[in-house]
Amino acid sequence: MSPIILLSLALMSLALCLAFVRLFRGPSLPDRVVALELFSSILVGMIGVVAIATDVASLLDVAIVMALMAFMAAIGFARFLERGGPRDD
Amino acid sequence: MTDIVGEGLVLVGALFMLLAALGVVRLPDLLTRMHATTKAATLGVSLVMLAVALHFAQVAVVARAFAVILFIMMTAPVAAHVIGRAGYFVGTRLWEGTLKDELRPHYDPLTHELRSGLETTEEERRGRDETDAS
Repeated sequence: MSPIILLSLALMSLALCLAFVRLFRGPSLPDRVVALELFSSILVGMIGVVAIATDVASLLDVAIVMALMAFMAAIGFARFLERGGPRDD
Repeated sequence: MTDIVGEGLVLVGALFMLLAALGVVRLPDLLTRMHATTKAATLGVSLVMLAVALHFAQVAVVARAFAVILFIMMTAPVAAHVIGRAGYFVGTRLWEGTLKDELRPHYDPLTHELRSGLETTEEERRGRDETDAS
């Protein structure tokens, strides 16, 4: 694994930590949904980098599924918010 | 040569993702946070996927990498739109330095009705009757 790839993975991990700070602090549910959306984007990128580092091309399918799940989750959360379900932020 | 370009793309993509995460922590309200994450994270993922396409250089992998880019570019704006819309509906507070909220004078949060300000008087009366009746 080359140092640049390692450095990129470290940067993405730092980005995940920062997104987690926002997920933890809130203050409202939409903010947390935005943080989760960012989580999934960073994870798709990380899976791509791991695919490069390990030379396993089929990891890309995982990335596709990850992006799809994130999109569905965002739509679901937004519908939940608009319908006015019980919230505890 | 391709290795160097690929590694550069990966590094720039990771930096963009870090920028998005920094924005989501530092910016003051929901809409500004969304503006940071949606665009920067999309660009970061696209750059990383370009690097994947360069690294493997097989038709099947390149097609899948471009499929990921296309999918992200199609879904990120839609997801941002629905979250922003839901956030406005549930009444998240905007940043106190916000200069203009053009939706506020035209939008009724109780009935979810939007007025253009160009209605004829008859339409306006009908709209008022409907809100009175409900």
